Amino acid sequence: MAAIYSLYIINKSGGLIFYKDYGSKGRMDTNDSLRVASLWHSMHAISQQLSPINGCSGIELLEADTFDLHCFQSLTGTKFFVVCETGTQHMEALLKVIYELYTDYVLKNPFYEMEMPIRCELFDINLTQAIQKDRVALLGR
Amino acid sequence: MIGTGKIKQNANVLDKPLGKGKQEVSLSAFAFLFSELVQYNQTQVDNISELETRLEDAGYAVGARVLELLCHRDKGNRRETRLLGILSFVHSTVWKVLFGKVADSLEKGTEHEDEYMISEKELLVNRFISIPKDMGTFHCGAFVAGIVKGVLENAGFPAVVTAHFVPVEGQQRPRTTILIKFAEEVGTLLMLLHLIFHRYPQSCIAERSKVSLIRMPSGYWYGIKDYCNKCG
Repeated sequence: MAAIYSLYIINKSGGLIFYKDYGSKGRMDTNDSLRVASLWHSMHAISQQLSPINGCSGIELLEADTFDLHCFQSLTGTKFFVVCETGTQHMEALLKVIYELYTDYVLKNPFYEMEMPIRCELFDINLTQAIQKDRVALLGR
Repeated sequence: MIGTGKIKQNANVLDKPLGKGKQEVSLSAFAFLFSELVQYNQTQVDNISELETRLEDAGYAVGARVLELLCHRDKGNRRETRLLGILSFVHSTVWKVLFGKVADSLEKGTEHEDEYMISEKELLVNRFISIPKDMGTFHCGAFVAGIVKGVLENAGFPAVVTAHFVPVEGQQRPRTTILIKFAEEVGTLLMLLHLIFHRYPQSCIAERSKVSLIRMPSGYWYGIKDYCNKCG
């Protein structure tokens, strides 16, 4: 039972730079995942305009019947969002952890080009560990 | 004394004691700086071995300076004359000052006489770096290999130093080994001299003639005892 279905990271222009699915429920083929990413980027931007109060920072949580979508936007415009089961707790904290892993293993890697798809072994290894730890903690509660 | 107070105020900067300096530096700051060093050098070269050479040269400059500083600060201006001495100096003191911990292990190579290996689970400089598959055997630890080379060469022990990945069973990430191959003059000439004068199986030239140091053409002194099988 996977609480998280999938993880997306999109760059500041809306292009998908990282996609990972956990389990068959979250699986999407490459083209669809690219479309979902740019769709979300647009929706996020539109929501900032629609807000009646100034200074809105965009959608943070989308709740649907069968899933929840938590989104975190960094100061630079990079968005991290995770599709998970309804009612999953502490996704905000997990997104912050993933952001920290991104700054460590992707941005400090001299072979990574900014805004390009992420192909860093260390990032993958540590991400798997973080998700695993989160899953274990979730089952433990 | 005329105006002792004023003399204290204008104390010459050369008279002030050398402080230990800041012991800690931000790891992230260093990681970004090192990443930028690698990226800059990538734009200047055509192939991977040139990139490794450039990183090594950068490390060489660091090694030369670190040797001077540590000899003055930690060893009271005594110079190492023995091979094992300089190797353990690199393995513990230099590593401690640069990376905050002693290197994992120091081993003697089994295949060749003058080969030694310092190995480490993961070099500090490589902590955040993932080498892409198409770069093959490139190792950012070439920088650290350069530091070791700088220390050894400026202490009078010329060597060729390289960094390698060594796969370990049961672990995803390979270990790193710094391979040190000393130049011939460090090993063979001393062995030869020893063999020429060694006539008595019981005692060694060092004890017989009370000589323990030999001056080499390069102007440096080496210790004989390292190369004597009987009294080493």
